[in-house]
Amino acid sequence: MNLFYLISAVCFILGLKRLSHPRTARSGNFLAALGMLIAIAATLASSNVLDTNLILIGVGVGSLIGFLFATRVQMTEMPQMVAIFNGLGGAASALIASAEFLSNPNSPYIIVCLSVFIGSLTFTGSFIAFGKLQGIISGRAITFKGQQLFNALIALASLVLILTPNLLASDLMTAFTVIIILALILGIGLTIPIGGADMPVVISLLNSYSGVAAAATGFLIDNQALIISGSLVGASGLILTNIMCKGMNRSLANVIFGAVGAESSSGSSAEGKEMNIKSYSTTEAAMILDAAEKIIIVPGYGLAVAQAQHITREVADTLESKGKKVYYAIHPVAGRMPGHMNVLLAEANVSYDLLKDLDEINPEFEDCDVALILGANDVVNPAARHDQSSPIYGMPILNVDKSKTVIINKRSMNPGFAGVQNELFGYDNSIMVFGDAKDMLNSLLKEIKEL
Amino acid sequence: MDVNLITIFILAIFVGNEIINKVPPTLHTPLMSGSNAISGIAIVGALLAIRVGGEMGTYIGLAALICATINVVGGFLVTDRMLKMFKKK
Repeated sequence: MNLFYLISAVCFILGLKRLSHPRTARSGNFLAALGMLIAIAATLASSNVLDTNLILIGVGVGSLIGFLFATRVQMTEMPQMVAIFNGLGGAASALIASAEFLSNPNSPYIIVCLSVFIGSLTFTGSFIAFGKLQGIISGRAITFKGQQLFNALIALASLVLILTPNLLASDLMTAFTVIIILALILGIGLTIPIGGADMPVVISLLNSYSGVAAAATGFLIDNQALIISGSLVGASGLILTNIMCKGMNRSLANVIFGAVGAESSSGSSAEGKEMNIKSYSTTEAAMILDAAEKIIIVPGYGLAVAQAQHITREVADTLESKGKKVYYAIHPVAGRMPGHMNVLLAEANVSYDLLKDLDEINPEFEDCDVALILGANDVVNPAARHDQSSPIYGMPILNVDKSKTVIINKRSMNPGFAGVQNELFGYDNSIMVFGDAKDMLNSLLKEIKEL
Repeated sequence: MDVNLITIFILAIFVGNEIINKVPPTLHTPLMSGSNAISGIAIVGALLAIRVGGEMGTYIGLAALICATINVVGGFLVTDRMLKMFKKK
């Protein structure tokens, strides 16, 4: 029995390993799916007390819902879907631990509680994250006085109930029920004060939790497959959380407890300064691009919102056909979750070898003729490098200002997520082309073709 | 709690750390949805909870099974859908 679980664990590990390159990634995902099939088949074959009819119903309903989710979801909605899946993963772990506790009251209480606690917290936390990303709940940080004290008290009460249940509750069953309720509330309490811009961190963290919950359940039902896979996912989520935090130059504690974005920003140093903004037409922008040899496109989330990835790729293709080198610079927090922008560009048929991450592309700006900024703002603000009073000071940015010319497309002069005005717009080598990204790129494409 | 299980747990975290660090940023979204599908391994625990005549525990197990199956099926399918789009010209 355990031999089969070992085989599936090896499949998972090799599958994740193949994700290290886009060429092998698809086969890696297939291998991991095969590992899952082996684990399921081995489990079904191992026991003869299972209720097959109920299992068929469960697998049928789950497969249908999973299939509909996977085939219908838009690529821009990926963060929401991953949030839902995280939540379901947490719920599954919590439910299994509850089922185990109800049918066998002698099961180890502390492990039952840990599994149920992490699972329930992941469940409500993920659905709040989903609500914020989907716009059902305000994307702003929702805060109230004493919020952190409230969360701390719930966490403390849960801890006491897990470690010494007799101190607060009459019996284990009561303690167990109260822990579930507290964990569900804590999941909400920890997620509502986090602003929309910080959601990439939250999703990564909840991803990690869902793994930890599965591992805890593995300890409970004495199952290596759950422990190995759970810890793989736990580690993965934590690494991505770390990358996202670094990308925003924030500590994890600051994201979780900082409540950034609760009120409109308290103003910044650049706001008072007069900036000399040069507004150009698409005709002029086309001429600058036509004279360039090396062009780096910097897409921001605004581009995806405008559904302008496809027209961007057409512009890039046209420039390439004129013998120019075109790359895409992707900041770690360009999308709404780790790697989101890459998926959106891949969907628009951009070749993956043209997508460059921060470390890879930054030296390239030195000899770059034109940096074309589409819907990105804070991630290209040079103030992050030198202005200590700026809220984004220290954040790693794309050094677009080192290019000979910077063309910035924006709808208007509104500041970005961090509420900071971008000093880049006033630089001598910067020019602005105002307008909706899609419209601007369409007319830019026409102009370039006519040249 | 068995010390063997803890050993497996700790070693798996190290393995996870090593392989995940090698995944390039370009594939981080598929990594997340793919690892999400893998955490659907909880499906094994859900299956084992659905015993004949298990009453309450069985029905909670059924709910767990539905959640975990959505994770597994949806997770692997959507990951494949994304990875299919990553092409080199």
